[in-house]
Amino acid sequence: MAADIVLRVENVSKRFVRGERYDSLRDLIPSTLAKLTGRTRSTPTAAKEFWALREVNFELNRGEAFGIIGANGAGKSTILKLITNIMKPTSGWINVRGKLSALIEVGAGFHPDLTGRENIYLNGTILGMRRAEIDRKFPAIVEFSGLADFIDTPVKRYSTGMYARLGFSVAAHVDPDILIVDEVLSVGDVVFQNRCIEKMNSIIRGGATVIFVSHNLRAIAELCPRSILLEHGKVRTTGPSQEVLREYLESCGQEGRQAKSKELAITAVRVRGSHSEGVAFNSGEKVSVDVEVECTGEGEPFSVVLFVNDDRQYEAFHTSTEYLGYPAISLKSGERFTCTFEMDLILAGGTFYFGVLLYRFNIEKIVDRVFPAATIFVNTLSEVRGIINPRPRISAFGPVAEIEPAKEAIKQ
Amino acid sequence: MWAIFLPAVIVAAGVIVRYGMSAISGKAISTQEIAGITVKGLVWAFFAGAMRFSSTSLTGNPNLVTKIYMPREIFPLAAILSQLLDFAVASVLVVVVFFLTRLGASLQLLWVPILLVITVALATGWALLISAACLFFRDVKYLVEVIITFAIFITPVFYDVEMFKKWSTLLLLNPLAPLIEGLEKCIVYGTAPDLPWVTYSGAIALLSLVAGFYFFKRWEPAFAENI
Repeated sequence: MAADIVLRVENVSKRFVRGERYDSLRDLIPSTLAKLTGRTRSTPTAAKEFWALREVNFELNRGEAFGIIGANGAGKSTILKLITNIMKPTSGWINVRGKLSALIEVGAGFHPDLTGRENIYLNGTILGMRRAEIDRKFPAIVEFSGLADFIDTPVKRYSTGMYARLGFSVAAHVDPDILIVDEVLSVGDVVFQNRCIEKMNSIIRGGATVIFVSHNLRAIAELCPRSILLEHGKVRTTGPSQEVLREYLESCGQEGRQAKSKELAITAVRVRGSHSEGVAFNSGEKVSVDVEVECTGEGEPFSVVLFVNDDRQYEAFHTSTEYLGYPAISLKSGERFTCTFEMDLILAGGTFYFGVLLYRFNIEKIVDRVFPAATIFVNTLSEVRGIINPRPRISAFGPVAEIEPAKEAIKQ
Repeated sequence: MWAIFLPAVIVAAGVIVRYGMSAISGKAISTQEIAGITVKGLVWAFFAGAMRFSSTSLTGNPNLVTKIYMPREIFPLAAILSQLLDFAVASVLVVVVFFLTRLGASLQLLWVPILLVITVALATGWALLISAACLFFRDVKYLVEVIITFAIFITPVFYDVEMFKKWSTLLLLNPLAPLIEGLEKCIVYGTAPDLPWVTYSGAIALLSLVAGFYFFKRWEPAFAENI
């Protein structure tokens, strides 16, 4: 291995058996006897295998934060279990360098009858800390979890959120060389989630390698410069998180689209600037978005929804024909429909994605969905950072000349 | 508390059985015999407990097996260790009985640690195999229960092997039998254990231990998928 590669996953595949296999002698012995006597009934295990992972390759450098994304069942948790040595790959090699700490599931190592305090010691030991080390970090762990009042309560009386807080707090204080975090941010409240992200940022800054699995795409985009996208056990893309996230959302959009009725379909979405059609716009420019819909069968009444997400897939805004005072549209077979949204593009600099929905507001049904329908780049102006550009200006700037009038203003 | 109670019940049962036997055969029961049953009952309680606890040691902790990596032999070993602790506590019973029956100590007591080490090794080897077997086949647990229940009849806990004259060899083939008998001999009667048979038990124990670790380690990668 090269000097700064701490994890190398090479051609890793993992095969599972689908369905129930013999897990008791009661089932095994009769079927073995049946086989021996030649009377083979259906063999439940054969031909029911599937590959959870197929020839997955990636490498991680020291101090890198790496995201793993993919739909449910894409193999994210499986790859983590292989890395942590909980399972062995069917074929391929995994090389790990250094101390590895994994948080596959929050509070996995907790014993329900023990108190929070005892579980910190138990979990810390399981994650590879010495007793003296835990003694030293104990106040910090409790402080971070915010559970000081409940630390002597058995964890079976904890809520799910408290469990998560304690679990993350312990794992985050282990100081591992490689930290693996699997979807733990989804349980805590917003304050705690932000605290977790901050903590992970500081762990990354501290030089640890972090593997982060989450459906929270914003967190992935914020924490991880590089990501991998798994799809049905195969690597679809590896690369900068922005690109991988975009690909992931595109694939989601396609899947979502296939599932919907084909009778009504969005056939075109065009973003035009005041000058021409394109992808690069200036902040504040007037833009028009044309949406074309075609009806090929029994059409249902719908409204057109337009939404814009930023590069971390946070929605900047959404609007619709319904909000703008237009009635639902009904089309007959073979008819086409078009509408144009006009707006001032008061977005800050960056990449934005347009998405379009055909939506029935009365029954909350998505008829068709295209995302990203268009990608635009808003030219960066240094006046703002963030999502929107409300054109901030400064109307006063300088030392405060008189203090007395201000005080009187407060009294009034 | 429970550490003493359970072995005490086994010992009490043994004493009652012995009383029954002596009533039928017309021989009076000696204090030595009661002390002997105490020793044997305790060892049996440890061994049976170790088997019982190890059978659920892996399957009872699915969270730890599937979510966190650690050497999995910790689970059966922890079962053994907890039973060993109970055994140590229950040994107080032996001291009490000895005090009541005024039996003396002899140099033969030096055999005790050796015999105990062999017993623990035997228990550990089997515990490793049983815990893994219970993980792959859920009904092995019931099988273990049944075997433990019956094994007390083929293990010289309530009786002595000598009672069976020419059949005693057959009983001593149970690797636990020479150990239990040996412990009784050196603690209660102050005589040396039957060396060839203890060697036999030791060999079986070593074999079990090696086989236990070998197969446990071999099967370990499949634990998380099969639990």
